[in-house]
Amino acid sequence: MSGEAVHEQRHHLLLRIAHWAQALAILIMVGSGWRIYNQEPILPFRFPVMFTLGGGIKATLSRSNDPGVANAIAWHFAGMWLLGGAFLLYLGYGIVSGHFRRSYWPVGPKSFIRDLVAAATFKLPHTLGVYNAVQRAFYWGVILAVIMMIASGLAIWKPVQLAWLTALFGGFQGARVVHFLFMSAIVGFLGIHLALVALVPKTLQSMVLGHAREAAHPAPAGE
Amino acid sequence: MIEDMERRRLLRGGLSMGALTLLTGCDLSDSNAVQQALAAVSRWNDRVQAALFSGTRLAPTFDERLAVKNFRYNAWYPADKAPKLTEDTYKLYLAGLIHDKQPWTVQQLYGLPQETQVTRHVCVEGWNMIGKWTGTPLRTFLERVGADTTARYVGYECADGYYEAMDMPTALHPQTIMAFKLSDEILPQKYGYPFKIRIPTKLGFKNPKWVTTLFVTNTQPRGFWPDRGYNWFSGI
Repeated sequence: MSGEAVHEQRHHLLLRIAHWAQALAILIMVGSGWRIYNQEPILPFRFPVMFTLGGGIKATLSRSNDPGVANAIAWHFAGMWLLGGAFLLYLGYGIVSGHFRRSYWPVGPKSFIRDLVAAATFKLPHTLGVYNAVQRAFYWGVILAVIMMIASGLAIWKPVQLAWLTALFGGFQGARVVHFLFMSAIVGFLGIHLALVALVPKTLQSMVLGHAREAAHPAPAGE
Repeated sequence: MIEDMERRRLLRGGLSMGALTLLTGCDLSDSNAVQQALAAVSRWNDRVQAALFSGTRLAPTFDERLAVKNFRYNAWYPADKAPKLTEDTYKLYLAGLIHDKQPWTVQQLYGLPQETQVTRHVCVEGWNMIGKWTGTPLRTFLERVGADTTARYVGYECADGYYEAMDMPTALHPQTIMAFKLSDEILPQKYGYPFKIRIPTKLGFKNPKWVTTLFVTNTQPRGFWPDRGYNWFSGI
């Protein structure tokens, strides 16, 4: 038995700042984005107003004859700077410090399927500070999703000045659809991410305070 | 014990209030401080967009078969309330830094050299529509009336009380036109007769209809929707 061994997770201050700034930015972007979407839905549904950002609709209607869309757009185009800045900090830190290489690599289809099956049958042990293949794939996935959100967002914002980018998405409407799809992916990621944090609250501690430790569990038989 | 329960209730109350505020953003968005902060970022975004704008980069043009015939009517009031201007009484008034302020009649305007464009109209609400517009480049008109094209802004007032403006580089852009025709027909009344300013490098609300006054100025003019919280530059 390894009763005295401990697992430890450490997060550098820069990483924690990048993490929480991105968390806030994503809440702002999704909340205001849903309000903007509601004005001209591309699918046959609208998001409940209580989950959107843009002020009380009655207040903005009486103040400016506008159902909070102006406000939501103002949030969206302020939030984009926060998201862009925090995301660059995250990428910069992850690459320079070796965090990405150390924690998110390697990942391949074989290990992904092995860990996914193990997780689905509740046989995947969680070791603080070590990401399994499913988690690694998820982090790469959400990085890709944020890149696609920024690219499709720019294509919607500047379909003339960045016409080449809009064309890459198959035009203005194509960019809107892509923007919606990757928003859905990020919201999906957020749901799973929060569920996993709820299962292993120590990870929240390390993301806030910078470090967490726990006694090592004995390895399950067969591992 | 009671104190402890009180504290817990307070804590729980505080947490759910906080969560609610965060979720709805109601109190947050309607507070003056937040409004002012967002407005400050919006002004910064004006400058970023002005820097991104190119006076020579053209908006994509399309095959005219893609042009929508039944164009969407859009205003804050129904189409039957739209201004009905007539050729007999209409005049375009000029003001500000313009040498020749003689008002223009419909006949004079329609006698100007014209060109046709098939471009995409993008609305701030998210919808878009390709249309075919014909008219005079605003640049041609501004030069003809002796406007000071080194000034910073061109503003306009409309028959329905609408008011908007744009930066001079956009006003001089080759695709910014005074559109007299939509789909080869004289601009119908509900779309802005006798003309609208068609600016394919700006969001739809920067494209005014039923223009009655055009002026040139160095002071940034206000805009109807920017006064209601939308971004001023609104370039695309």
